[in-house]
Amino acid sequence: MSLSILRAGLLTTIQDLGRVGYQREGIVVGGAMDAVALRLANALVGNPDSAAGLEITLLGPEIRFDADHIIAVTGADLSPTIRGERVRSYRPFLVRQGTVLKFGAARAGCRAYLAVAGSFTLPRIMGSHATYVRAQLGGLHGAALQAGDGIPCLGPPPGKLLTELTARLLNKSWVEASWSIAPPPVAGNPVIRVTQGPEYELFPAASQAALWSSAFTVSAASDRMGYRLLGPPLPLVQAQELLSSAVTFGTVQVPPDGNPIVLMADRQTTGGYPRIAQVISADFSRLAQVALGKSITFQEVSLPEAHALYLGQQHTLQQLLHTLRLKTCS
Amino acid sequence: MSNPIQLYPLGDAAIVLKFGDTIALPTHHAIRAVCAHLDEHPVPGLVEYVPAFTTLTLYYDPWHFSAHGRLDPYAGVTAAVRQLLAHIQNAAPRHAPRLLKIPVCYAPEFGPDLEVVASHSHLLAEEVIARHSGAEYVVYMIGFAPGFPYLGGMDARIAAPRKDQPRTLVPAGAVGIAGTQTGIYSIPTPGGWQLIGRTPLRLFDPHRAQPSLLQAGDQLRFVPITEREFGQHQRHES
Repeated sequence: MSLSILRAGLLTTIQDLGRVGYQREGIVVGGAMDAVALRLANALVGNPDSAAGLEITLLGPEIRFDADHIIAVTGADLSPTIRGERVRSYRPFLVRQGTVLKFGAARAGCRAYLAVAGSFTLPRIMGSHATYVRAQLGGLHGAALQAGDGIPCLGPPPGKLLTELTARLLNKSWVEASWSIAPPPVAGNPVIRVTQGPEYELFPAASQAALWSSAFTVSAASDRMGYRLLGPPLPLVQAQELLSSAVTFGTVQVPPDGNPIVLMADRQTTGGYPRIAQVISADFSRLAQVALGKSITFQEVSLPEAHALYLGQQHTLQQLLHTLRLKTCS
Repeated sequence: MSNPIQLYPLGDAAIVLKFGDTIALPTHHAIRAVCAHLDEHPVPGLVEYVPAFTTLTLYYDPWHFSAHGRLDPYAGVTAAVRQLLAHIQNAAPRHAPRLLKIPVCYAPEFGPDLEVVASHSHLLAEEVIARHSGAEYVVYMIGFAPGFPYLGGMDARIAAPRKDQPRTLVPAGAVGIAGTQTGIYSIPTPGGWQLIGRTPLRLFDPHRAQPSLLQAGDQLRFVPITEREFGQHQRHES
């Protein structure tokens, strides 16, 4: 049983929740840029939280299913279709062997996630399936998917979901479940909430003011490692040589040219640029869905506010995952 | 521990322990002591740690330290860290550090910038090699790339500025100098360090139980080898 990649799309990679515990060895965490969307895709098809899925960036691939599979798509709306019919996101569906799923142009957001019930039968590297292209780790041969690739995967396990969908399939080539979950809203040019970074006070008042009052465009040089932002430069009074120290998802660092970089999933583990701000965990998914060329603005929150927002988001997510587990498992 | 340790947040899921302001062995040993303690006595809710020159960053699960949403997670993790530090009385390393020998071939084909470093320091190439391989180094931290060591202990006499134009591709195993630092490229990557040699050892291998050959706290020496020995080592490694 496998998925055949007929067309790769712009950047389609296998991702899970990342490689945890190896940062002290310089190994990036990686994993899904929008972890919430991947977790929901997995939950919609009854997979465990740790399962891998496909991260599909902006321009979508064409995928043929070489066996009957239950799948779900979440995250960005990249116009998925089967035989020209629109496929709805955030809803599991059953496809018969030979069905081709095509993704088109991005209508909203930047990254879509596709989960397959049973998930992929690939080796984990350092506990993870996450593809890290730069060190050729994980995924399928450590690389982005190419036309002609086949991803081995299990078929759907028996259970409520398979029973429901099989009963509704009749002689069609695919069928959706009768239920779905509400997709989170995707803002085109969102407000990203941040706390002050460890070196915030090193920046002059003018740079601090520009951070809070300006819109920053996500430049074309952005990737899974970081978003390079274009806006007013945020210079330091005097260039500072800092000793390298740990950085994390959402760290907003400012190199000597003054153009901030927001570190994302494939960030390096340590860095030496001054860190003016730090995106709060509750806004990682929102940030991951900002497409190249779109703008963001920053809004300051306190650390207790950041924690309250994260805990609230996690509480809602856990309830949703629990509900989905009851719907999909036998 | 003698000096007060500064604590500050790195976002809402990491806390930084700062042990000093400059690269120094006592600071390094204090950080190692906390890492060793964490290895032996993992603290629930702490996900992983990243040691650096003067800091130790602990990644934590805010949900765990919120006591199911009732407490401030930063207060919770701060209390856990203070308790952890109180347990560590002695900053001396508990285990003697490993001393590794890293074979390096300094031949021109592997060290294209050896002459640049030599002329910059007004030394002969042989003298640069002697000084580079005559010192004992400490791995202060691993960062920049998988398995890439930041080393302390280089003879300042062979310091050299970075290249004006970074190379678009530096091979894995390349040994370089940048300022007063020396290091070993662990994976093929763009890089601006002056390259003076290459080791046949694999600094990073994802299929090893410990993927990074070097760990923070290790000590190492560079041992000059010939091109012939380089070839033999390389066959042995693969």
